[in-house]
Amino acid sequence: MDLLTELAILVLAAFVGFEVISKVPNTLHTPLMSGTNAIHGIVVLGGLLLIGPAEGFLNEFLLVIAIAFGTINVVGGFLVTDRMLGMFKDKKKKPELEE
Amino acid sequence: MSRNDVIQLLYIVAFSMFITGLRMLRGPRTAVRGNQVAAVGMAIAVGATLAQPGVGDWLLIVIGVAIGVAVGVPAARSVKMTAMPQMVALFNGVGGGAVALISVVEFRGAGGDLPAQELIPILFAAIIGSISFWGSNIAFLKLQELMKGGLKTPKAVTAVLAAIPVALAIVIAAGSESELLFWLILLSAGALGIFAVVPIGGADMPVVISTLNAFTGLSAAAAGVALDNTALIVAGMLVGASGTILTKQMAEAMNRSIGNVFFAGVGTGGGGA
Repeated sequence: MDLLTELAILVLAAFVGFEVISKVPNTLHTPLMSGTNAIHGIVVLGGLLLIGPAEGFLNEFLLVIAIAFGTINVVGGFLVTDRMLGMFKDKKKKPELEE
Repeated sequence: MSRNDVIQLLYIVAFSMFITGLRMLRGPRTAVRGNQVAAVGMAIAVGATLAQPGVGDWLLIVIGVAIGVAVGVPAARSVKMTAMPQMVALFNGVGGGAVALISVVEFRGAGGDLPAQELIPILFAAIIGSISFWGSNIAFLKLQELMKGGLKTPKAVTAVLAAIPVALAIVIAAGSESELLFWLILLSAGALGIFAVVPIGGADMPVVISTLNAFTGLSAAAAGVALDNTALIVAGMLVGASGTILTKQMAEAMNRSIGNVFFAGVGTGGGGA
């Protein structure tokens, strides 16, 4: 893909990212942070793509760590977000915070 | 339709689900489902990537994923509710670390000889990823109260620390193929991450973690440009942008400005939280 197409995608994604978070109730700040945190665990794809062609022990070693790190980020991130939000459900009787 | 077309389509499905998931995470009623939608999107993105031609060394992939699951799942399951912010910091940190490692391997794999349109995003990813990794670990240590504040980093030191990795990156971008310089970039950016976060008080830490979260997103997007991978570009940039807005809102909710949090130093912390 050529660089300009990629830059176009990058810029559009930035605008979507800015718009997608409008006014968020304060109580949802931490879960939302945790949810976006899990999404950037997508870096694991980088490790998966590079490890096949990688040569040499050090490169492979670094990529195994990268894949492990990325997996921790994804799996841990989504699980922790789910647990945080589960806490919300228990307190559902409280008045809704949505505007 | 070629296999590659199918993979690209699956990436589009995946990032549509990320955007939908984020939208749903805004409201208390839809948040749980939103997180699940994003998780399914991630599974699709990973599955599509594994189907890519040339992806291999399955043993190493399995080892990496197994380690990740073995560490990540119990950590997420057992963490106390009160310790959630530092857990998020750790998860964010390893994400930044992954980006930094990927950037090293890209650089090493090409022997340092890369076209500018790959090299510049790789250098960016290396610097931001390393800042995020080390900064997040410090945030974890401080929230876990394994490290006490007190050390005050003068602004001049921070400025110098910020200048070093940028200067080294410019040397590499100008044509140096030195691997040593690349490692020094990671080290100096890491030092910047450490010294920038150390002086910040615990009350302000959520804002710091949110900032570093946005950083990791940006670095992932940069890695995506280097790797020609749309899923990485879109997901990384989504987090980079939404994380920035979220950081601003969190700071406002605590009656703090982001500049205040990062540059006010010790003793002024705790505006509201």
